[in-house]
Amino acid sequence: MAIDMRQFHQTFFEESLEGLAGMETELLRLEKAAADNGHDAVAADPEILNTIFRAAHSVKGGSSTFGFDEVAAFAHVLESRLDDLRDGRSRPDRRVISLLLLSVDCLRSLIIAARTGKDVDKDAVDGVRAQLESLESENAVPAAAPVMPAKSSGTAHWDVVFRPHRRLFHNGNDPLRILRELSDLGELKVQADLAALPTWEQMDPEACYLGWNIELIGPVTRETIADVFSWVMDDCTLEVTAHPVQSLAPRSITEAVASMDAHADTLRVSVPKVDALINTVGELVITQTMLSQLTTNFSFDNLSRLFAGIAQLERNTRELQESVMHIRMLPLSFAFNRLPRLVHDMSQKLEKKVELTIHGEQTEIDKTVIDRLIDPLLHLVRNSLDHGIEPPAARLAAGKPETGRIELKAYQKGGNVVIEVRDDGRGLAYDRIFSKAVERGLFPASANPAPEEIAEMIFRPGFSTAEAVSDVSGRGVGMDVVRSNIRSLGGTIEVASQPGSGTCFTVRLPLTLAILDGLSVQVGAHTYILPLVSIIESVRINPEQISRPAGSAELYGLRKEYLPLLRLYELFHVEPRSTDLAQGLLVIVEADGKKAGLYVDDLLGQQQVVIKSLATHYRKVEGISAATILGDGTVAMILDVTGLTRLAHASTGRGPVPAGDTFTPAVTPTLN
Amino acid sequence: MATILTVDDTASMRQMISFTLNSVGHEVIQACDGKEALQLLQGKKVDLVIADVNMPNMDGITLVKSLREQADYKFTPILMLTTESQESKRQQGKVAGATGWIVKPFNPEQLLNVVKKVLG
Repeated sequence: MAIDMRQFHQTFFEESLEGLAGMETELLRLEKAAADNGHDAVAADPEILNTIFRAAHSVKGGSSTFGFDEVAAFAHVLESRLDDLRDGRSRPDRRVISLLLLSVDCLRSLIIAARTGKDVDKDAVDGVRAQLESLESENAVPAAAPVMPAKSSGTAHWDVVFRPHRRLFHNGNDPLRILRELSDLGELKVQADLAALPTWEQMDPEACYLGWNIELIGPVTRETIADVFSWVMDDCTLEVTAHPVQSLAPRSITEAVASMDAHADTLRVSVPKVDALINTVGELVITQTMLSQLTTNFSFDNLSRLFAGIAQLERNTRELQESVMHIRMLPLSFAFNRLPRLVHDMSQKLEKKVELTIHGEQTEIDKTVIDRLIDPLLHLVRNSLDHGIEPPAARLAAGKPETGRIELKAYQKGGNVVIEVRDDGRGLAYDRIFSKAVERGLFPASANPAPEEIAEMIFRPGFSTAEAVSDVSGRGVGMDVVRSNIRSLGGTIEVASQPGSGTCFTVRLPLTLAILDGLSVQVGAHTYILPLVSIIESVRINPEQISRPAGSAELYGLRKEYLPLLRLYELFHVEPRSTDLAQGLLVIVEADGKKAGLYVDDLLGQQQVVIKSLATHYRKVEGISAATILGDGTVAMILDVTGLTRLAHASTGRGPVPAGDTFTPAVTPTLN
Repeated sequence: MATILTVDDTASMRQMISFTLNSVGHEVIQACDGKEALQLLQGKKVDLVIADVNMPNMDGITLVKSLREQADYKFTPILMLTTESQESKRQQGKVAGATGWIVKPFNPEQLLNVVKKVLG
């Protein structure tokens, strides 16, 4: 029987890492419970420890089954300590929990090492293991030695007297099976003992009355025979007597050294999602059958049925698309799960008291987004902890509760997932940020910008260095990286802050990176796609509202705002239907709080498009984020609104300026 | 061939067990804990149950007890997956009505041997 065990490794790695993440969460809960309930924490909620224990146990079972001995050995020690906790032989104090958390880290690195075939920091792992072992109480179970199946050579002659108890059947055992198994071991002579058989009237059909006297001649040991009876040992009387002439030669165990597969990128999908997919495919097949039947003998009488069929096909396709997209969706808990540990470790290091609450971790988002969201998210929470939340004394002095709060909230809103990271710390130090901005020439000293504009500054590259706003706020260390990471996911980040009472970062992300809701627009003979999320409105152009300040590109006055106007045909060097602005339309778009007007010939309609990377198929192009293939097979470019608005604002000669009611252009345009 | 229910909260174990048993032609049903197992078995008969001991929602021992209370499963072989160190669990399992056990770690060959032993 050759079954390649490697095919199960990937699942083992994934579920083990997941189990460890869960274990971490529960350990943190246990620590909190211990702080709340003292030493009765374990008794107060036994399920916490049971969950932790199960995770360790599963890792141990799996790793030993699949031959990851180092993982198994470590998990075994860990499991023993958890057993001590469960049985009350040790207490879940801070020291123990910290050590258990460290053990989770070790197990994780061991598993990752097994997965990637790389080495682990053996000293660190051994160190933690030694600490774990030194925690061991006297009555702990020693590490179990692997059982080696022994096979004997040489023939022996055994007499076996087997008298099952009446209840033997009640455990699902059957003497016949045992006799059959014995017969596999050698030559067998069996005699039934009917002595205990009662009369028909007295007989209980569910009881076992028979006994057997067995003679077995074969190359077997007493242990092998006992093994056959091991399940029924307590349910029978068994005598094995022998004339032993035997020699033992333990079979050497060949260790299965599995070479590791390269880490394949896989996705675990819940069964209901697959069911939904299969269901939709089924319907698609039905529609297809219907359509092909319709077209084999087509007559124009059937035209309405054909249209109905095509409408159905459209619906099926959309449903199929949704089902497939859903397969890529994972709950945000995959990203959020890391945070409790981070907060735990950091708050200890910083000597702050912080409570982290998480809401909406079941909100689902594309796997790619999750993978790339983790770093920015960690950064935001770290920032809140480090710079937002004050030390306990300062909080008390400010009349706040000693324990700070960091709240993470995720929810779906339209085609976006919104994640809020909120703290009740000291908030942004607007005055410090403003003076720093003035120092760097980003504002004139006389300016009186709105708080939001000042807050914007923390996302500037290199704006806020450690010494800039260090102990007062310090926010902004690497915030530009956070923003660019989130932008690369097609998302946005905003900050709102109330000095003294806290800060809230709001991250908006698209549900998926593969499909985009777009508006197709026409410029000359070409079709371009604008992401729907970035479109505010489309207006017919009134030539009187166009102004051309000196040294600047065209501006369009729209309800007291002046927006830079970008002629797409100029930018992409295509022949427009008309260069007369009055003949076309202006699509007002917004990115990063900046608006711009894009001049197009016409709007074609709204549609979902599948995003094809331009960089992989061609190369990166300014102003274009990706491409797609339209229904008629032509390729259309998806416009990069962020890039375009930036370009538009740069061309106004003023650098990026927040457009809005407060904005007055340096050169007052004439509006007649 | 036989219909076998495997109950384990770890997917890799379930996969390994069902793949192994499938490879010799058995039909395998999977459940991730005792509760799900009981639901799956309602109105359905299987020839063998292989259950892990440690599981969320309903552990293996409770599952064995509940199954033995049902007329359909009074004599059905039920095997528990245990580790060397779980001697006491094994005893509890026996008392609850388990037929026998498979000691983890085990390889596909060992699994097939045990299954052959109970199914014949």
